[in-house]
Amino acid sequence: MTEMEACTPQITLDFPIGEKDFFIAGESASKVKKILQQLGLKQDIVRKVAIIIYEAAMNVSIHASHGQLKVRVDPESISVETEDTGAGIPDIDLAMKEGYSTAPYEIREMGFGAGMGLPNIKQCSDELSIESKVGKGTTLKATVYFVSSTCVI
Amino acid sequence: MIQYFHSVRLDVEKCKGCTNCIKHCPTEAIRVHDGKATIMEERCIDCGECIKCCPNHAKYAYTATIEKLKEYKYNIALPAPSFFGQFKENEKIEDILQAFLHIGFDEVFEVSVAAELVAFILHKQLSKPGQKKPVFSSACPAVLRLMQIKFPELLEQITHVLSPMEVAARIARQEAAKKTGIAYDEIGAIFISPCPAKVTEVKQPVKSKHSAVNGVIGANLIYKDIIKNLYKGPVDKDNFHANGGRIHKSTKRGMSWGYLTGESKSIELDKTLAVSGIHNVISLLEEIERGELQDVDFIELQSCNAGCVGGPLNIQNSFVGRVHLRDLITRYGIQPSYYNEKEILDIYEQKHFESTQPVMPRPIMILDEDVSKALIKMERLDRLTNEFPGLDCGACGSPSCRALAEDIIRGIAFETDCVIKLRDRVNTLAQEILDLARIMPPAMAVGASKKEDK
Repeated sequence: MTEMEACTPQITLDFPIGEKDFFIAGESASKVKKILQQLGLKQDIVRKVAIIIYEAAMNVSIHASHGQLKVRVDPESISVETEDTGAGIPDIDLAMKEGYSTAPYEIREMGFGAGMGLPNIKQCSDELSIESKVGKGTTLKATVYFVSSTCVI
Repeated sequence: MIQYFHSVRLDVEKCKGCTNCIKHCPTEAIRVHDGKATIMEERCIDCGECIKCCPNHAKYAYTATIEKLKEYKYNIALPAPSFFGQFKENEKIEDILQAFLHIGFDEVFEVSVAAELVAFILHKQLSKPGQKKPVFSSACPAVLRLMQIKFPELLEQITHVLSPMEVAARIARQEAAKKTGIAYDEIGAIFISPCPAKVTEVKQPVKSKHSAVNGVIGANLIYKDIIKNLYKGPVDKDNFHANGGRIHKSTKRGMSWGYLTGESKSIELDKTLAVSGIHNVISLLEEIERGELQDVDFIELQSCNAGCVGGPLNIQNSFVGRVHLRDLITRYGIQPSYYNEKEILDIYEQKHFESTQPVMPRPIMILDEDVSKALIKMERLDRLTNEFPGLDCGACGSPSCRALAEDIIRGIAFETDCVIKLRDRVNTLAQEILDLARIMPPAMAVGASKKEDK
């Protein structure tokens, strides 16, 4: 069994995210999208993952000073993980609410920070876990399974 | 295996094997192997970027010539709106249209007239609520093909309304059949095109089974004939003028489709956007794929810079062409539209405007049908890419280091195609040779070892 697991093909993609780096979100979403298309994944999955990556990376660049985006693909699922050393989220339930935002004024003025990031991520993922410590940082892990989304009829 | 038709082709004699084209191709469809470029048929979208950038003019567009007219009893010229931007400022539009009759056409029907009808219908359709926005234009066939390959998810947002070229051919042929009594099949509608993508679109339409256009002649091939026949006066075929006919039928609304923004403005809605240049189109579609611009009604997408006036088969520089066309529109664009609202709706009822099949995705980038196998290939692809220098120099014949890695995975290239990799190998080999050269035969090596002892 363990041998089988060791043989499971898997790819990992890493993207460092800097503070106020608003381009990395779009760039990494595009790069991953291209790779998922080459893997022959269904459009629906590609779209969901691209949205998760974009929103999650955007959250890091808006709210944290440094972070890391990690995307892992195996034959059954894709997981997107962001880790940051930011302010942390005091109330995760509140943060999950549509329209709730703590983004500073200048970020909103740029057209970001509408409070839809986490709700969008939740809508697109099959599994979502968020761990956060105020003052330390946040780890988000979202997973999309191929079967749950592709099994039609 | 699908047989692809392509208008964009290579003149092997002229190709010097430089790597300019592989860098500009938006779908990475060109490779240079054995000193010559080759186009990967399944990837090419006939945008003509390679025609524009090739310094040796080795890429060309295959189009019909004036000889095509011999195949039909009655021929109708369908000049693209951009064609009129190819003439000097003071030319009269009537002269240009009459010239088509002088060179053998029986009738000339401006595609701009059909563009007006398409704009009218688009305005009507887009004003209805409850549609997934933004809706994309379908006038540029290169963009349609790009979307099939790279943006399958957005295909359903392409308008079902056909392109003005297609609508023009349908109306013109049907009206001519009624007017002359000649059978529909014996009437040829010949499009005068600024680009190769239209040639491909006519041979292998994306939105319907068959095109109503019978042939496509490149603007570059007919331009000289038109210029020579500019001032020969009116030809009165079929008592056209006696019947009160009007040769120049289009107005500003349709004529402006020849350059960027013409199409989106003609739809007369508040929220529209116009983008030109295939690489700009790609970056915009990437944004939209992530959910941006959902409140924009309509997006005009043009593969060529500045729109159709930037087409690779045109004569004038795109900006010069745009100025000339705008000038012509100021002088001839204001007149009552040829068809009234009731007539347009009648034509609409006859289903001349709608596509008959959905635009299907063409997922040609897939590494393997099986996800596990594709992942194994992807692992190898990533490893190979990291081993390459990342110069994206193109000397291997592939457009980038990553593309070379892909080609190796697909079995059409080798690691040593990379000059840097090859250099490393030669280096290692040279070191080995050097090491071997230092070894002395035992009979001679005695002195050497003694020297070392000292």
